[in-house]
Amino acid sequence: MPRIPLTWLAEHATLPRGADAESVAGDLVSVGLEEEAIFGAQVTGPLVVGRVLDVVPEPQKNGKTINWVRVDVGPEHNEDADDPADPKPGPERPSRGVVCGAHNFEAGDLVVVSLPGTVLPGDFAIAARKTYGHTSDGMICSGEELGLGPDPDGVDGIIVLGRGHGAGLSAEPGDDAIELLGLADEVVEINVTPDRGYCFSMRGVAREYSHATGTDYTDPVSRIQVPRSSGGGVPIQLRDEAPLRGGPGCTRFVAMEVRGVDPAARTPRWMARRLALAGMRPISLIVDVTNYVMLDLGQPLHAYDAEKVVAPIIVRRAREGEELTTLDDVTRRLHPEDLLITDCGGDGDRVLGIAGVMGGEDTEVSGTTRNVILEAATFQQVTVARSARRHRLPSEAAKRFERGVDPELPLLAARRAAELIAEHGGGQIDAHVTDEGDVNAPAAITFPIADAERVVGVPYTPEQVRGTLERIGCTLEQAGAETLMVTPPSWRPDLTIREDLVEEIARLVGYEQIPSILPSAPGGRGLTRAQRARRSASRALVEAGLTEVTSSPFIAESVFDRLRYEAADERRSAVRLLNPLADDEPLVRTELLQTLLPTARRNLGRGEEAVAIFQHGTAAIARGKDARSPLPSAEQRPDAEELAAVDAALPTQTRAVAAVIGGSTGPDSWWGQAPAWDWADALDLAQRAAAAVGTELEVRQVERAPFHPGRCGELRVTGTDGRQQVVGHAGELHPAVVAEFALPARTSALEIDLETVIAAAPDLVPAEELSTYPLAKEDFAFVVDADVPAAAVRAAMEVGIGDLAEGVHLFDVYTGDQIDEGKKSLAFAVRLRPAEATLTTEQIAAARERCIRAVETAVGGVLRA
Amino acid sequence: MVRGARAPAPAPSSPRMKATPVPESASTPDVPVIDEPTITAAVDDALAAISAASGTAELKQVRIAHVGDAGVLSRANRAIKDLPKDQKAAAGKLVGQGKGRVQKALAARQAELAAAEEEAALAAETVDVTLPTDRRPRGAAHPLTTLQDRISDIFIGMGWEIAEGPEIEAEWFNFDALNFDIDHPARQMQDTFYVAPEGSGQVLRTHTSPVQARVLLERGVPLYIGCPGTVFRTDELDATHTPVFNQVEGLAIDKDLTMANLVGTLDSIARALFGGEPVTRLRPSYFPFTEPSAEMDFRCFSCGARQGTDHDADPACRVCSGTGWIEMGGCGMVNPAVLRAVGVDPEEYQGFAFGLGIERILMLRNGVADMHDMVEGDVRFSQHYGTEI
Repeated sequence: MPRIPLTWLAEHATLPRGADAESVAGDLVSVGLEEEAIFGAQVTGPLVVGRVLDVVPEPQKNGKTINWVRVDVGPEHNEDADDPADPKPGPERPSRGVVCGAHNFEAGDLVVVSLPGTVLPGDFAIAARKTYGHTSDGMICSGEELGLGPDPDGVDGIIVLGRGHGAGLSAEPGDDAIELLGLADEVVEINVTPDRGYCFSMRGVAREYSHATGTDYTDPVSRIQVPRSSGGGVPIQLRDEAPLRGGPGCTRFVAMEVRGVDPAARTPRWMARRLALAGMRPISLIVDVTNYVMLDLGQPLHAYDAEKVVAPIIVRRAREGEELTTLDDVTRRLHPEDLLITDCGGDGDRVLGIAGVMGGEDTEVSGTTRNVILEAATFQQVTVARSARRHRLPSEAAKRFERGVDPELPLLAARRAAELIAEHGGGQIDAHVTDEGDVNAPAAITFPIADAERVVGVPYTPEQVRGTLERIGCTLEQAGAETLMVTPPSWRPDLTIREDLVEEIARLVGYEQIPSILPSAPGGRGLTRAQRARRSASRALVEAGLTEVTSSPFIAESVFDRLRYEAADERRSAVRLLNPLADDEPLVRTELLQTLLPTARRNLGRGEEAVAIFQHGTAAIARGKDARSPLPSAEQRPDAEELAAVDAALPTQTRAVAAVIGGSTGPDSWWGQAPAWDWADALDLAQRAAAAVGTELEVRQVERAPFHPGRCGELRVTGTDGRQQVVGHAGELHPAVVAEFALPARTSALEIDLETVIAAAPDLVPAEELSTYPLAKEDFAFVVDADVPAAAVRAAMEVGIGDLAEGVHLFDVYTGDQIDEGKKSLAFAVRLRPAEATLTTEQIAAARERCIRAVETAVGGVLRA
Repeated sequence: MVRGARAPAPAPSSPRMKATPVPESASTPDVPVIDEPTITAAVDDALAAISAASGTAELKQVRIAHVGDAGVLSRANRAIKDLPKDQKAAAGKLVGQGKGRVQKALAARQAELAAAEEEAALAAETVDVTLPTDRRPRGAAHPLTTLQDRISDIFIGMGWEIAEGPEIEAEWFNFDALNFDIDHPARQMQDTFYVAPEGSGQVLRTHTSPVQARVLLERGVPLYIGCPGTVFRTDELDATHTPVFNQVEGLAIDKDLTMANLVGTLDSIARALFGGEPVTRLRPSYFPFTEPSAEMDFRCFSCGARQGTDHDADPACRVCSGTGWIEMGGCGMVNPAVLRAVGVDPEEYQGFAFGLGIERILMLRNGVADMHDMVEGDVRFSQHYGTEI
């Protein structure tokens, strides 16, 4: 994101006295440019210019020769007299003595001295110190030590004013060198939202800064004079035969030539410095100028070596199979949507670059380039965005083009760059300039003056509305008494609707002006039954001793085998991600236990001795490989059919609750040993969750992974419409699964589709009359085949007894003595309660008889004598 | 298990009779003299024995000895009937009064001894009530669930409703319906998990905003909803980021709603979540589905900054990092393009939307330092909170 050196900003907008990086960042935040980072001054303290008075080389035992130097650092910093124990070289006079290891200087040179108290980059604090037998009272600095980088002349040593880093600088001893070398520059890095492309330039940020503070702003563009061109420059052809989304890829292309540039010319120090502060590496004069103008104005530029370009330059879409080696030395296969800059070199049809993204090697400017063609164009946002994404090239140019670049800029920016090249590298700007294509004027917006108040709720005055819009560069025309026709400035392609203008007014007048008024909603219906029920189910499990946890929904394909799913199991149809975070977990879980079991393991691994956890979460079954959700137009409400198609392709997603319980239910203690969680607890927890939401589960014996084949119950609900649905399973886990996840023996689990359970519960629980007639208790013991489910016997008893049965409770299961092999005895306690009158002995006997007969008929059970 | 072996119990047996008493005639060889000294002596004997009884069992023996059938008083009583007529009244009175005194003393002593005995028995049953009683340890809810429920309740309290939508979502709902153009950089701004195959038109939702579009399509306007739920971004898990996290979105669409109503709603939520008198600050920002858009900051609730914007923040404040403000999320006035996409006329209706990060609120509010704790499913994290936060 853009880095804004304060001194550069100050060139376009007046910075108030005392403005520092913090205050500038704060001001920019107020208009929507968030602070990303602040880079403070690199050097602080007394860094001053000094004149070398005397130099005495002193060879050392280690073979090095150091210089003992007398340096005049100005009356403010000089010491009046020498230290008698360590006199400085030459005749005594006000000065300082410094030891220096470099040799690229002599007496009379102006150098840069960091006196004690200076802090150099890297928090390097300078103090007077004893070294090589002298007290060195500071340090004579090199460019590297000041964070300026290697000497531009390639000299290894300290800075000498007038050459290298010090080229063009003159000063007097004692002058502040921080100011002189531009080391005080603070930099604010800002975050620019995607709608504000124009803030990818000093020009745009300075304008926003002036909006925030009300200080003066000078548009740098206003300083550029472009002489009338006679045309006839480099021939350009715009030939987009496959416009994207109805728009041509290039609407304007300016080519301007500068001839006779000195290839040895160097980038001026101030420009290199600004580029570095803005985060770009200085490369060569021509490249640096194109970057500098881009950073300053926002118009990306490209420079071609004119000798290598074979006119005409043709802008067209790529053809199937075309390739380009870009400046980053990567050969890229081009896509028919890529917009290309091509010429007639090579075989007569050569690719020079991907428009607005990156140039190619063939026509790159080099150390021998004398004649330059500058390209400044307006490329379509979509075209550049797609190419940059496709080739993973988020170049500085692409960042700007995909957000929109001021279409008025190309000629101005090219001229500015040409002037800077000519100024610093010599050469002539060719009067023949090509300016192909047009500027698309922004459309006017009809804007009722009252709209800002309507949306924001602040009573803006017509003056505030007009003033703000004019300040951001809009052209206003009155269209009736209450309405304006607003034409946004060329650099604001993001302003297209009334609300965009409302935002400008609100943010410039200030968001803090907006009052706080709580709206009164018409009154809701509270939580839905499902929302309430989910809370009840959770709370029931918590109160039963379970702890709610989270688990990440991403899984590996291998989990299906670890859980022993069969090959055709529907739960293998998982949704796959195109770009998973971890390549080995590309799927989304199809049931919660897939991620809850590893979570159980993690807890045991962290020292838990038992596990009793549950999770509420979603699981999804894919619709099939070719399920695709269409993307209907969002211009208006899609029709029912389109919406149905969007939803029909989505995976089946269930909100489930799952639990894993294993090991001891509590600590062993003074009362004895706590029982272990087991299959019955799993079924009971499922029942409790169901009961909490107002329904009950019917249980059937089934075999299903990942459960123990003989200890798994299928859970069903019967809806209010009488329809039965399977909603989940509970029981003991298969021993192999228990081993696979290293869980306690007999670990049990459950998973239920909670939404279906909730849907099966009645909306309203009707009242039941309470009978106060006396209760009659009857016990029964039936002998049945060992494989008859207890639930079937119980159901038969209830049917047989009918309404009289208030409760049927199984209190014992017995096999052994007196019971035949393959049989079992089930004992039930039954409570009979009449609704209308006390039961007679005959009525009780009749009920007993009905019960016995029903069990006999349903499951072949025989009453024990 | 033994119970199973037995047949159902037979009808209850008849009530058991008490042991037959000894016939009266068999005892009492001598008839006592019924005069004052004799009766007084008998009464005094009885009273002495009663007060000497050390327990209810001994007292029972005293009762038998002194007022039982063989006792002096009983025998005297029985003998009254044989006295001459003129002596009967005086003797009856004498014996009756004596017996009455003894019975009264017996009852008093009985109550006294029974109370002492009960006290001793209960004392013997004393337990150490500081023994651990955690036969079955209590479970715990995940604090994110508890917080999400609480936030939902804040919406409900404002008269809004809670809405939900799918986590694996159509791109149309996640992006197009929310005015994210297919080529707009904003669509790249969020790091999206895409569902295979290429071109499936499906993503793991990057925000809860698609629920807005769904509910507007289903229910129309006016609409005031909160949409809590899980969302996904391709961020690696670290101390402050997680690829799977929770958000709550607020959406209000009605006639005449303004940004002032947005500020009012945010203030109300801040007050409910963090207490105190809230200060909400909006900063201009950009989201495709709102215009105007803003980032919202709440005034720090933890350090000195909470006293107002004219009070400085504590530079070392862990909640606001010394800035005085807590970044809470994005908000703005719903873009007319969003309303058009769901068939609502933006000329007639307008409204606002905002999004809050639930993990972030928990981190700030309760001082959770590391995101790992929230997402790894360690039971100790949940158990620390129980069912309250």
